[in-house]
Amino acid sequence: MKSNMEKELRLMKGNEAIAEAAIRAGTDAYFGYPITPQSEVLEYLTSEKPHERTGMVVLQAESEVAAINMVYGGAGCGKKVMTSSSSPGISLKQEGISYIAGAELPCLVINVVRGGPGLGTIQPSQSDYFQATKGGGHGDYKLIVLAPASVQEMADFVELAFDLAFKYRNPAMILSDGAIGQMMEKVWLKPQKERSKESPSWATTGKTPDRERNIITSLDLDPNRQEQFNIKLQKKYHEIQEKEVRYEKFQCDDAEYLLVAYGTSSRVSQKAIQMARDEGIKVGLLRPITLFPFPKKEINELANQVKGILSVEMSAGQMVEDVRLAVNGKVPVEHFGRMGGIVPTAEEVVENLKTKIIGG
Amino acid sequence: MTDNINIQDIVKTENLVHKKSSVMTENTMHYCPGCGHGTTHQIVAEVIEEMGIQQDTIGITPVGCSVLMYNYLDIDMQEAAHGRAPALATAIKRLLPEKFVFTYQGDGDLAAIGTAETIHSCNRGENILIIFINNGIYGMTGGQMAPTTIEGMKSSTTPYGRDVKLMGNPLKMTDIVATLPGTYYVTRQSVHKPGNVRKTKKAIRKAFEYQKLNKGTCFIEIVSNCPSGWKMTPVESNEWMEQNMFPFYPLGDFKVPEE
Ligand SMILES: Cc1ncc(C[n+]2csc(CCOP(=O)(O)OP(=O)(O)O)c2C)c(N)n1
Ligand code: SF4
Repeated sequence: MKSNMEKELRLMKGNEAIAEAAIRAGTDAYFGYPITPQSEVLEYLTSEKPHERTGMVVLQAESEVAAINMVYGGAGCGKKVMTSSSSPGISLKQEGISYIAGAELPCLVINVVRGGPGLGTIQPSQSDYFQATKGGGHGDYKLIVLAPASVQEMADFVELAFDLAFKYRNPAMILSDGAIGQMMEKVWLKPQKERSKESPSWATTGKTPDRERNIITSLDLDPNRQEQFNIKLQKKYHEIQEKEVRYEKFQCDDAEYLLVAYGTSSRVSQKAIQMARDEGIKVGLLRPITLFPFPKKEINELANQVKGILSVEMSAGQMVEDVRLAVNGKVPVEHFGRMGGIVPTAEEVVENLKTKIIGG
Repeated sequence: MTDNINIQDIVKTENLVHKKSSVMTENTMHYCPGCGHGTTHQIVAEVIEEMGIQQDTIGITPVGCSVLMYNYLDIDMQEAAHGRAPALATAIKRLLPEKFVFTYQGDGDLAAIGTAETIHSCNRGENILIIFINNGIYGMTGGQMAPTTIEGMKSSTTPYGRDVKLMGNPLKMTDIVATLPGTYYVTRQSVHKPGNVRKTKKAIRKAFEYQKLNKGTCFIEIVSNCPSGWKMTPVESNEWMEQNMFPFYPLGDFKVPEE
């Protein structure tokens, strides 16, 4: 058995990095169901015997529906619990995620996105942006959504997502895609953390005489109380918007044009920026790391500096709506994307920047 | 009043099945008069009290009339999505193996929308107790057909009686789970008469005792009534249940551990 007590450099797939980082972050349980392109998460976890390494529970559920409801049960006990899937499976989990948000429980859901709709394709896509950032299931709720752009971030965001989820008692999602899930890169893994022995005061761990019983529920049939609860939820999302925005700027200082892209598209966009700059086009990139909360203010400020913005996504144009809302008409905002599992090339990005923004 | 229960019988000490348990809260129950849910809550509470496991028990309520069971039992509880209680219970028990974990589910919850979770948690042999209230109808949503609605039985979606050629046959979930290797103790009981209440209470106690031994899933079906959904008085509903439900869902043990 490895000691894992020190940080360690390894060459890993994004999906494997998530799994190893989960064990090292002291995660209490993982529940999942196989689906390409993220099955390596469950495969890696079962091969690592995490019950021996840390006592972590790992279970292959009978469906994504069962898996997310196992997450709900475990999260209700105050434990660090997670699941992962890809687009069709994430659709199945939506009712459960809505319950978890409604019961104000922390948990981590990972979506290694593939192209849709329907069974779609197993190739990478970013077409679940709306589902991830606008709620996804029923009711007025939001997830905290982190978008990794490297294998390193796949690993790092596990702990970050759990920290944010527990801080706000809210489900967090890592919105990745098939390219980052499958590619291999060097990754620094953090030393093993111990699983927490403490449980939050609200957790169902058995009612002791010194406290009232704890009830985990999303139900309140009284409309006035239900509205008050919703107001409280909205306040929480507002606070998250104020305090938790994360993003990265790349060559923005002198930029006359801006690309906005996350995940795989942001890697392609970085390359496109070098190519465009070689031609003398001053373009920068804003890469949202949190998709909710979205870096609205930062994009709005950059809109004072640049002449136009291209939102690059592997979708028909989803994040571009949030970019437009942030820019609020100051400069033209256009979308460029490929769909159906195709990753755009840097050449295509440059060409679209020229035709849709610079020439336009 | 039926001829077999009279007021003198009811007030006899041994028949006072509704002495309030200390594990019950002060909240007034929302159930319709004569409904079996209230009685079943009471005996679950009594068993928890008598075994002294209030601190160690976590219950999961379903979506159905008993969704608010957490208002009546003074223990930690979680409210599941429709049909998913066994998934919650699976995780809770695996994360807190020293606790007693039970689900409480109606027939729509357990035998229709939650069939997969029921079968798979029983098949994995999760160390939990599943209490299954079979009243042959969807009580909460206003009396629609349930998977357990018997042939010919009227409901708001079988207004002319369940035609099995059109609507399929009623599902005997208890018979199915008894065939699974993961179940340890499977029984079908009722709570419509004091004697039956006592038997059911014994079954619940046994199930919690077995849970201590980590033997696998315990599954207790309680054939019950829904006077409102069935559009009957409480007494009529109990008579109808004896005459029509019991022949199709006979009471008794399906799987008992070899002692
Ligand atoms: C996903 C979902 N589908 C449907 C419903 C509506 N619904 C609430 S309770 C119920 C059936 C309850 O019947 P049963 O499980 O037999 O319990 P009872 O009310 O009879 O005790 C249904 C269909 C729901 N809440 N959620
Ligand atoms: S509707 Fe039926 S199951 Fe629900 S409380 Fe009334 S009698 Fe009981």
